[in-house]
Amino acid sequence: MEPAAKSAGVCPAKVSEILAKYSRRPDALVSILHDVQKEAGYLSEEAITEIASGLDIPVSKVYGVATFYTLFSTKPKGQYIIRVCENAPCHVLGAKAIVEALEKELGIPMGGTTSDGKFTLEYTSCLGVCGVAPAIMINEAVYGNLTPERVPLILKEYK
Amino acid sequence: MEFYRSHVLVCGGTPCVLEGCKGVRDALIAEVKRRGLDREVKVVETGCLGPCDLGPVIVVYPEGTLYQKVRVSDVPEIVEQHLLKGRVVTRLVGEAPQAGVVKYEEPTYLGVQERIVLRNCGVIDPESIEEYIARDGYRALAKCLTEMKPADVIEAVKKSGLVGRGGAAFPTGLKWSFTANADADQKYILCNADEGEPGTFKDRLILEGDPHSILEGMAIAGYAVGANKGFIYVRGEYVLSIERLGKAIEQAKALGLLGSNIFGSGFSFDVEIRKGAGAYVCGEETGLIESIEGKRGEPRIKPPYPGTEGLYGKPTVVNNVETIANIPPILLNGPDWFRQFGTERCPGTKVFTLTGDITNKGLIEVPMGITLRRVIYEIGGGIPGGREFKMAQTGGTSGGCLPKELLDVPMDYFTLPEHGSALGSGALLIMDDSHCIVDIAECFMRFFEHESCGKCTPCREGTARLHEIVAKIARGEGKPGDLELLDELGSVMQVSSLCGLGQAAPVPIKTMLKYFRDEFEAHINDRLCPTGTCGI
Repeated sequence: MEPAAKSAGVCPAKVSEILAKYSRRPDALVSILHDVQKEAGYLSEEAITEIASGLDIPVSKVYGVATFYTLFSTKPKGQYIIRVCENAPCHVLGAKAIVEALEKELGIPMGGTTSDGKFTLEYTSCLGVCGVAPAIMINEAVYGNLTPERVPLILKEYK
Repeated sequence: MEFYRSHVLVCGGTPCVLEGCKGVRDALIAEVKRRGLDREVKVVETGCLGPCDLGPVIVVYPEGTLYQKVRVSDVPEIVEQHLLKGRVVTRLVGEAPQAGVVKYEEPTYLGVQERIVLRNCGVIDPESIEEYIARDGYRALAKCLTEMKPADVIEAVKKSGLVGRGGAAFPTGLKWSFTANADADQKYILCNADEGEPGTFKDRLILEGDPHSILEGMAIAGYAVGANKGFIYVRGEYVLSIERLGKAIEQAKALGLLGSNIFGSGFSFDVEIRKGAGAYVCGEETGLIESIEGKRGEPRIKPPYPGTEGLYGKPTVVNNVETIANIPPILLNGPDWFRQFGTERCPGTKVFTLTGDITNKGLIEVPMGITLRRVIYEIGGGIPGGREFKMAQTGGTSGGCLPKELLDVPMDYFTLPEHGSALGSGALLIMDDSHCIVDIAECFMRFFEHESCGKCTPCREGTARLHEIVAKIARGEGKPGDLELLDELGSVMQVSSLCGLGQAAPVPIKTMLKYFRDEFEAHINDRLCPTGTCGI
């Protein structure tokens, strides 16, 4: 499986190329942040500063937007981000046991990243696949109808 | 045109995709070919068929036999037995109500359903504009552009009685008229596909199953109000929706159904996709607008409303996906046709998503005003595992929780609020008697604390305090007066919060206090969780 994110910084030339794609329009900021994060894995201070100067808007504004949305991260994360839904429909059908199985299998608490930088474990709000709850998302792939027994089998695909 | 004696429809909605429907589809195509049936049998990937927890599901026509949990290894048997010899593979039809055959049209699946919004979901290949057109697609747009004046279009929508299906239930025709009457050099149509209400996945499956219906509906709205530009704001997590919408836009442009001078009418309309980045509050229309403008998705103070001052300060119509999907059939068949469905006050249908402790989870569309009891027991197959129904939350996490005494209340946008709840987005979360009220309440309140954007104090502080108090009660640290405090705080939030998030956050807790107060009291007074769920 192809990782969607690399845990490395992004070069200014790449940022510049992305800004040009959107004609350096400040109203495209959310799309720009999506693209830069896809390239770099996260939104570093350097990237945020670069974007701000490229769009001619304050750094604080870019940082404010980058930290508002849960899909953006200003810190490096694992190669695979495991997002676990713990909203009511998943909760009712046993999301807690899925969380425990993931924590045990990866040896990290929710919010943590494995020491090899491979996995980050975090909560997400509803993924919109409640017909197959409980569900998780690993990068862009969704898994549903989960049981604690299935967790190690799924993680094996990524290890 | 080719004619086939059988069609095999493979559900290609996300719930089935993640259970491996793509592999099943490929295996079916290969096996049909290997058996030399490829001129007689056509395998089609469609949008959502409905029974999401039974995926991957396929339907074989003309018989309408529904196979569930189909694996690649089942494919040779289905092809040999059913498609070659005409025998149903009974082991794959689930618990058949009669004689070993489950027909897709039977009550459990389509029986009491009325499909207007989902008219094409699970019927056509969503990636084929030709199939959409063959099902009257873009005919309503042609009718509007060539036979109707913009004012007539608005009048027809007004007469239909359609109200917004995102949850607010504002009359759609009236909303359009505000924008139509506004004087501006530029107007916009926004489709709100930032579906984030927990338990809701209807917009995802409408977009995946019938993307062209949204493009057509938006173009009609654009013509009616005088807008030539539309945006669809889709959740960033909805990868397949974004992909299929993108393809649909390309196809419509290639055939001149979007772009300039559509049908030679002089009317031009373009649609762009904007990807959300994970913020529940962006489902609020002004939060969504802020996000498209590249800002933090914090809701604006209203008025002014988007109808007169929206995106980039221009008059803007913001409609939910399901609302827009209703537009083409209303214009094509007329308002009177639409009013024959549903109730007098609330015509049409509602798409519901069934989740939680219910036998058949998934996507359904039923006449407005149907009772919870019929949905749970006639379509949903009841409560599994021999347990009892305890409560249902209608309208997602921002809706209320109803006890079994209210199972026969008609579900529409006006009746449910009389009982403290809401129809909202149409999410139905069913919970059996194994669940603790306080534990569930904590789950709800944790959600709102996390999703509050922080702009206004009543919501920012209120959601945090509601969660804190409920969490204390769950830990056995509740004290007398806590329930009154929850009630009072909730009331303050409802009247003083800036947007729907803070106004709706207390709704679930208030209905739980109203209908299940004794369970809260047991936690506080007796330090006892009656279901043994909480860590007391």
